[in-house]
Amino acid sequence: MGNAKLIIAALVVLIAAAVFYMIGQPPQEKETADSGALKVGFVYLTNPGDHGWTYAHEVGRQQLQDHFGDKIETSYVENVPEGPDAARVIRDLVAQGNKIIFTTSFGYMDPTLQVAGEYPDVYFDHITGYKRSANMATGNIRFYEGRYVQGVVAGLTTKSNQIGYLGAFPIPEVIQGINSFARGLRSVNPDASIKVVWVNSWYDPVKEADAAKVLIAEGADVLAQHTDSPAMLQTAEKAGVKGFGQSSDMHEFAPNAQLFSSVNNWGPYYIDQVQKVLDGSWTTGDGPDHWAGNTWKGIGDDFLVLTEFKNMPADVAAKAAAARDGIANGSLNIFEGPMQDNEGNEVLKAGQVMDDGGLWAMNYYVAGVEGKIPN
Amino acid sequence: MYEELLLTILLTSVPLILAATGELVAERSGVLNLGVEGMMLMGAVAAFGAASLSGNVYLGILGGGLSGMLVAGIFGFFVLGLATNQVATGLALTIFGTGLSGLIGAPLVGKAIDGLPALVIPGLSELPLVGVLFQLDLLAYLSVLIVVLTSWFLMRTRGGLILRSVGINHDSAHALGYPVLWVRLGAVLFGGFMAGLAGAYLPLVLTPHWAEQMTAGRGWIALALVVFASWRPWRVVIGAVLFGGVTIMQLAGQAKGWTIPSQFLSMMPYIATIIVLVAISSRGRIQFGAPAHLGKSFHATR
Repeated sequence: MGNAKLIIAALVVLIAAAVFYMIGQPPQEKETADSGALKVGFVYLTNPGDHGWTYAHEVGRQQLQDHFGDKIETSYVENVPEGPDAARVIRDLVAQGNKIIFTTSFGYMDPTLQVAGEYPDVYFDHITGYKRSANMATGNIRFYEGRYVQGVVAGLTTKSNQIGYLGAFPIPEVIQGINSFARGLRSVNPDASIKVVWVNSWYDPVKEADAAKVLIAEGADVLAQHTDSPAMLQTAEKAGVKGFGQSSDMHEFAPNAQLFSSVNNWGPYYIDQVQKVLDGSWTTGDGPDHWAGNTWKGIGDDFLVLTEFKNMPADVAAKAAAARDGIANGSLNIFEGPMQDNEGNEVLKAGQVMDDGGLWAMNYYVAGVEGKIPN
Repeated sequence: MYEELLLTILLTSVPLILAATGELVAERSGVLNLGVEGMMLMGAVAAFGAASLSGNVYLGILGGGLSGMLVAGIFGFFVLGLATNQVATGLALTIFGTGLSGLIGAPLVGKAIDGLPALVIPGLSELPLVGVLFQLDLLAYLSVLIVVLTSWFLMRTRGGLILRSVGINHDSAHALGYPVLWVRLGAVLFGGFMAGLAGAYLPLVLTPHWAEQMTAGRGWIALALVVFASWRPWRVVIGAVLFGGVTIMQLAGQAKGWTIPSQFLSMMPYIATIIVLVAISSRGRIQFGAPAHLGKSFHATR
């Protein structure tokens, strides 16, 4: 009996502490019933301190708020798991009066679609998905463009002609990146090739570091990654090889190893979309054209920003800048024929340019990548 | 090439050895602590915090161990003091440790430190093939020493005998006058300290930064290793190196272009655990080595 009472007492104390802690937190929502400002909600996968994916969205949200000032009011919910629980969070944001809601991870696709169906007068913007409806648009960044420039720098930097590449999962977005990297690599160095190691996780620092060590042991002297932690760059720094950062600038983790990093810049997209809501010109893909309502932009529109080219000679930096500017002004097409896959089969004839549908249907490696894509 | 891979395998195994050895002692005393993952995360965040604020990685090691011990103390208070269910409390400890380490660690995200330096032993480290065994860091050498001492303590000393007897039958041990709860508390605190050290190894050696949930499930693997080792310290080392070896060879196999699917190699350690369990349990419960009162709450009878 005494024990039971103690447990209850302990639980009461814990709950009370939790409640007081939450009361003590500064409220993220302010009441603005009277101000008439447009309310904009964000759903985040992790907390903005992850220094990667969600951090980039938080920077975008702040740019949005600064751009419109008093005219809008933004708020966010962090650490929202992908799946059914996300729908509850999105409904909460609707109930709080948000008129446009950005859901910032692929896994929110179906919950967003579901809630969009329930509230036809609220605008929904889903990041990186492909499902759209009358009041749900999608936005994405051409991440692969930065990887072409990485390939150019890698091809001019490597001495062993062996590049190591960490992949999270063999999905189209990652394959696009590997192939784009290979196109850049082979454009300057026909002898260099890429070894890909799949770590089967977006985020497992120890495994990412292990994979980097293995690739270095296999002779790679430039590393690239499509996983989220700075562990690979730290390993590169320690081993004295080079590498590229992911999602945000990681030079603090690897001052001598990071060549540059491709940074996701969501601010322009958020500003565009909210401007359209304010103007009443917001559109979606609810029509004959499946791609309408989808925004997919890259370096040319500042959706993807490359950090300063460091730890490389000036002539390499100049070639990297030329590739970046060529992609930006459209004079350089990354996937323009002739292009072969890594078994020698023709994918594009000379002069033929791949369309967006072809990019999302990539299930092969182009020349320059070793091995096969796992099923 | 060979040396680099072997070194990577050994370094990957160290946190598993540390955490599993600690858990092994706790389980030998009859306490099943499923909170290893949470304790490791608390150790990791405290180690990184202490090391980056003080600039001293050795303080980081100490901070990691003590922090793991502190949360193990909370676990001990509930499980031993209030006789709560060990499985539920252990799971709660993992959830608690995951959340609290994220909260404490928020200001540490994005910082980097110089990790624990390797202590290369002159002469021995230049031996062919086995030279890499002498190019490790302080914590790695310490982990081997701890396994030796743990094995000696459990099997060769009176204290170890008492600890094991508490795990095998707490009522008999109580009747003989042994302080069951205090013995268990000691074992739980030791387990927490070791899990803290294991956690500390991640941000101090393997990946010198802090990030939420950076242990990525290694605490659960440590728990499986204790069973794999059938509660014997030396088998923990074998299991950990085997597990590390398969993990690394799975990655190296991809780089070398082996055609074995990586998913198949990824599941090898788990299959090995099941095979060992089947092999051992078919030879009877005594050989199996599970403490008979593992996971059972102790209520003192007058």
